[in-house]
Amino acid sequence: MKYLDEYRDGKLTRRLLKEIAETVTQPWKLMEVCGGQTHSIIKSGLDQLLPPGLELVHGPGCPVCVTPLELIDKAIALASNPNVIFTSFGDMLRVPGSSQDLFSVKAAGGDVRIVYSPLDSLKVALQNPDKTVVFFGIGFETTAPANAMAVVQAKKQHIENFAMLVSHVTVPPAIVALMESPDVQVNGFLAAGHVCTVMGYWEYEPLAEKYNVPIVVTGFEPVDLARGILMCAKQLEQGRAQVENAYARSVQSAGNLPAQKIINQAFEACDRPWRGIGVIPQSGYRLRPDYAQYDAELQFPELQQISPEESELCISGQVLQGIIKPNGCPAFGKQCTPLTPLGATMVSSEGACAAYFRYGRHEQVSQHLAVQALD
Amino acid sequence: MEKIQFSSWVCPLPLRSYPTVVMGHGSGGKMMQDLIEHMFKPLFQSSVLDQMGDSAVVAIPTNGAGSTRLAFSTDSFVVNPLIFPGGNIGTLAVHGTVNDLAMSGAQPKFLSVGFILEEGLPMDTLGEIASSLAEACRDAGVEVVTGDTKVVNKGHGDGLYINTAGVGVIPSGVDISPQYAQPGDVILLSGTVGDHGMAIMSVRQGLSFETHILSDSAALHSLVACMLAVSPGIHCLRDATRGGLTAALNELALASQVGFEIEEQLVPVNPAVHSACEMLGLDPFYVANEGKLVAVLPAEVADEVLSAMRDHPLGRDAVQIGRVVADHPGVVLTKTSIGAMRVLDLPAGELLPRIC
Repeated sequence: MKYLDEYRDGKLTRRLLKEIAETVTQPWKLMEVCGGQTHSIIKSGLDQLLPPGLELVHGPGCPVCVTPLELIDKAIALASNPNVIFTSFGDMLRVPGSSQDLFSVKAAGGDVRIVYSPLDSLKVALQNPDKTVVFFGIGFETTAPANAMAVVQAKKQHIENFAMLVSHVTVPPAIVALMESPDVQVNGFLAAGHVCTVMGYWEYEPLAEKYNVPIVVTGFEPVDLARGILMCAKQLEQGRAQVENAYARSVQSAGNLPAQKIINQAFEACDRPWRGIGVIPQSGYRLRPDYAQYDAELQFPELQQISPEESELCISGQVLQGIIKPNGCPAFGKQCTPLTPLGATMVSSEGACAAYFRYGRHEQVSQHLAVQALD
Repeated sequence: MEKIQFSSWVCPLPLRSYPTVVMGHGSGGKMMQDLIEHMFKPLFQSSVLDQMGDSAVVAIPTNGAGSTRLAFSTDSFVVNPLIFPGGNIGTLAVHGTVNDLAMSGAQPKFLSVGFILEEGLPMDTLGEIASSLAEACRDAGVEVVTGDTKVVNKGHGDGLYINTAGVGVIPSGVDISPQYAQPGDVILLSGTVGDHGMAIMSVRQGLSFETHILSDSAALHSLVACMLAVSPGIHCLRDATRGGLTAALNELALASQVGFEIEEQLVPVNPAVHSACEMLGLDPFYVANEGKLVAVLPAEVADEVLSAMRDHPLGRDAVQIGRVVADHPGVVLTKTSIGAMRVLDLPAGELLPRIC
């Protein structure tokens, strides 16, 4: 596939890896922010081929994983309402709530539908005027423009039987929270290329300066990731802490201005709890008062009574902050598997625990794989 | 190096705490395997069933000495939409069961067809599907010898469901089983993966995207016959249906208690399928096929069988994708594009497209 296969090229990746090995003289800990990057790293085995001492820790950039349990329980309550058609990205359906998941609601007769775009939910609303169609609006800055577009279009077309359960989060406040946390020790960040495609990277420059930490905008394929790691390692070795762009084929400093405009039209910043981490100030989006009529939490005030119960065994908050690796969790692969998940990180296609499980990073096997990789 | 006990990775899985059946129980992944292992197998107690072949192999004593070995299989078809690029539920109902028989090396002979029709299904649609089914039978050289028709109330079916069962005869000298893979064997794949699943997804309601992907739905028994003509000593055959190539490889590695090692770059993927999978965040290795098989056979005969496959229209893109090893029994490893190794694990439940 053009513009993709080139960035999965084994030879080019190995050449970059060699350069990384020649650059690194001391241990460094880099965090890839996005769960999509985590999966790509674990799927390709890139982390096994890095020089000793250069460690990748996995960040909080998995939208499914950080969506608060309370919101999942609210989604489940809405989906169970016979007057509601609940629409969602597929990835959310298997996330465990306090007592069940959306698949179970569907099996019990709830009308739960997977859509690929929030605009598809509007179509469902037009086709079903006697039901309220709720869309689960989650994600980072990447999904925000399309979700914003859906409410803007709903208002424009006077579609009244539509609502959005909003749980949007944003990256820069999360980087601040990580850098302010005494438990987190990260020397450099690989910023998420697609988030920066929308938002640009000007927001990161004051962060790099304030926390003296290099931030490299990085893509998702092995060549992209190796290049991002190399640029980050070079900065660290040279004592620099700047924002650099290793994903220039997609990202510009200012980002995508029309996309930012539509986000600002529909959403405003708010404090937002992150599952497993806690409330991060000004780290979320909520609907602006102009669009409050589409806020599912206002349309269905009974949702306020929901009080979630988090599993005591799940320590995904520490995984999401890069404090422990998934296979360092005592429940990993035992009580917690993709079929019996205790937390969202084991479920989502962007969750670090799911990546470790799916690609076989159980403690003993990791060693076996590492030995083979060297052969 | 110390030998790793892969079988002790996880505690035995309890039947998932779902109090009701969910879609994942029919996905061909771990949830379905779990349901079969924990609910059905203990109830039905059959040594033939326990072999978990694509079809059952039963021996019927003949009048004189010896016996005739029959392959027997059944499959239900609940595909939505009923008609899709490259086929329809009628052709699929023939190919699915014929292929299950062919994976035992059998020559398919007879089919039963059960129709479950939903009130309100247009007669034209039923006619189109039934005539495709008949044509697929003629092409495959199998005969529909018994059938059943039921109608359910509107809203209680998806237009049309079909169940087929089939019987085939296994030639003498052919002995194929998912348990026969041995260290040293090689693993062949008959062509591109992911075509059927992506063809269906491309037209499924609410998910339409512009593409020209055709289902690979096809009857594989003539390909198998060509392979057996070159070498009757093939150890295992599996058609890579639900759960895709990954499920087929895992099921064989598990049944034979051997390790499989493949190279992901050797697996052919149609560029349009590759693009569609990228867009939806799916892995073509996990996407369903309806006309592709995996064969495990002794290395000595690999070249001959491979060239016989390539001479057949359904095996033109056949390749060797890996080998069988004694290490890590029950586990499939793959070499990644950048030269690292990873586990190729069974999918858990339904394939879910990603968010961003």
